[in-house]
Amino acid sequence: MHGFAFYPLHLAHMSLTTCLGAGLQANWKAITNQHCGLKYCDFETVRLDTWIGEVNGLEKVHLPAHLRHFDCRNNRLAQLALEQDDFIPAVQLLAKKYGADRVGVFLGTSTSGILQTEVAYRQRDPHSGALPKNFLYPYTQNTFSVADFVRSYLGLEGPALSVSSACSSGAKVFGVAQRYIACGLIDAAIVGGVDSLCLTTLYGFASLELTSSNPCQPFGLKRNGISVAEAAGFVLLTKAKQEMDEEEIFLLSVGESSDAYHMSSPHPQGQGAQLAMQKALDGAKLSASCIDYINLHGTGTLSNDASEDQAMVALFGTTTPCSSTKGATGHTLGAAGSIEAIITALCLQNDLIPGGLNTLECDPALQSHYLLRNQAQHLKCAMSNSFGFGGSNCSLIFSKMHGVLDKQK
Amino acid sequence: MKMPSIFVEAVGICGPGFTGWAAATTCLQDETLWKLQATVIPMPELLAPSERRRIGLPVKLAIAAGCDALKQTHLSVQSLSTVFASSCADGDNCHPICETLALTERLISPTRFTNSVHNAPSGYWGIAMQARAPSTSICAFDASFSAGLLEAASQCLFNQIPVLLIAYETPYPQPLHDKRPLLESMSIALLLAPQLSSSSQAKLDISMASKPATAMGNVELEKVRMGIPAARGLPLLKLLANKKRGAVVLEYLNPYTLQVELDPIE
Repeated sequence: MHGFAFYPLHLAHMSLTTCLGAGLQANWKAITNQHCGLKYCDFETVRLDTWIGEVNGLEKVHLPAHLRHFDCRNNRLAQLALEQDDFIPAVQLLAKKYGADRVGVFLGTSTSGILQTEVAYRQRDPHSGALPKNFLYPYTQNTFSVADFVRSYLGLEGPALSVSSACSSGAKVFGVAQRYIACGLIDAAIVGGVDSLCLTTLYGFASLELTSSNPCQPFGLKRNGISVAEAAGFVLLTKAKQEMDEEEIFLLSVGESSDAYHMSSPHPQGQGAQLAMQKALDGAKLSASCIDYINLHGTGTLSNDASEDQAMVALFGTTTPCSSTKGATGHTLGAAGSIEAIITALCLQNDLIPGGLNTLECDPALQSHYLLRNQAQHLKCAMSNSFGFGGSNCSLIFSKMHGVLDKQK
Repeated sequence: MKMPSIFVEAVGICGPGFTGWAAATTCLQDETLWKLQATVIPMPELLAPSERRRIGLPVKLAIAAGCDALKQTHLSVQSLSTVFASSCADGDNCHPICETLALTERLISPTRFTNSVHNAPSGYWGIAMQARAPSTSICAFDASFSAGLLEAASQCLFNQIPVLLIAYETPYPQPLHDKRPLLESMSIALLLAPQLSSSSQAKLDISMASKPATAMGNVELEKVRMGIPAARGLPLLKLLANKKRGAVVLEYLNPYTLQVELDPIE
């Protein structure tokens, strides 16, 4: 079974819901208008001096009666995103073509439906300490809940799992799909990321002094932390075929690595990040000069951006255009890898590089070619970076071409 | 669907009545010899004392099975890809976080927050082993063992590299225990390789099935299999311990199970 290393997949359909809006069109319009979706934190009972990205209308989402037991903020967000962009009919078409058991569901999430548990802990029986009867752990808090819900909602019977590797989760699912399809386990996969606002991440990142009191300013001189946000994005992936035309978008490769350095701080020189990007380039059989744009992890913390910048400069030098879209969407944690993969695909489709928002002045200590304004430019290949706690790194390369490129090694 | 064959290079186990693969083979060959005993989780000596103070049970447990398997191989652990599979991951850590978040003063511990990620064992494994190879952390509720096996096998075949699967589980304390009762702590490790080698113990052929999952012969051991998601892999370990050609069916996601056919390699 040699020769699997290069195995491009076709992005057959996408759907995106963030604090910028529901659906691809709303999101792309906001990005082209350089609109920031963040607001001052007023989530639930949270009292923190920080900014968040909240998806509107989740209280109005009702799960179908037969799946009501899955009801929680995270699964409502998943359903809202599934219902956008004609995603469901696209899945149904492929499920009919290949069989419901030949479509996999691989989703990234960091906290799943933990908000349900956090609220349940306020409603414990004063005598026994028991959690309320209506709290259903398997369908809400458990990390698999979102993949289980999406698989059930779409009536699929193929392999499924949740990847939960913190903020790289939503990127790593693309690798799962690539391997499962290449090994013949399935013919198509729904990958994506769904993470929703909860107390654990808001108070948790605050405890590490990683939340900013302003909208996050990736790569900015005055950056001082992240803006926690929620979002859901889904991509339907199939094998790439020779006859597909040039306006289609393909996943060329997935590069993964571990920092082996620290649980919550990145390697200071970005060694792990560099390794992931290098592996993605190797997987795509591309040299660094073939990458026209990099959608950075760019969270807006001092150490994350400094580390990623070092890795970037080591591999790409200081001229490859890059930006972080977290200034617009916030940091969507376990969903970020998928959200930014979809944004990267939209950039390729529209030949536009989004400028990073909120950052007024780039940190002069960072040498990457970070864009603050949108830039129209013909794009062939682009990379999306996602790095997470535990030193989990993942870089994805997308392209308008799935075959051997001019500059390919 | 049928995947190409993969090979088992090493096995590790830590659980109730199981203290390492060498001892486990005896009671898996003759299940009447297995006795229910509380899981003894060794402290990972590979971690620096500063890291050891920070880690919780799931990390120690996952490292225990992984290190047990590593005893049987000469492969470099630094370059070994890993798959961590768990249903609940941070059993002993989630409760105090939720307790604190239910208070008016929500001062949660930064260490507890850091450890709350599903991939904490993966992160600490990387640090302990200085392993910069890819590592993933997955969950499929009660099907987590089989999902981990498929994930590890597909990585092994796609990249043509050995992959270490570590499935682990620690119970929640109350009141979460009532909502997700798990019997005991347990971890199982399988080192898989894409090619036959001098240290291969068995060849595996994995396929989807609709047959019911294989049960353990010993009634008490069957309770362990059903009571801990990681223990859903026990029938496969029994087949490996017996070194006999055969097949087992492992629990997977409805409506399917996974059939694993095994050919021992002498």
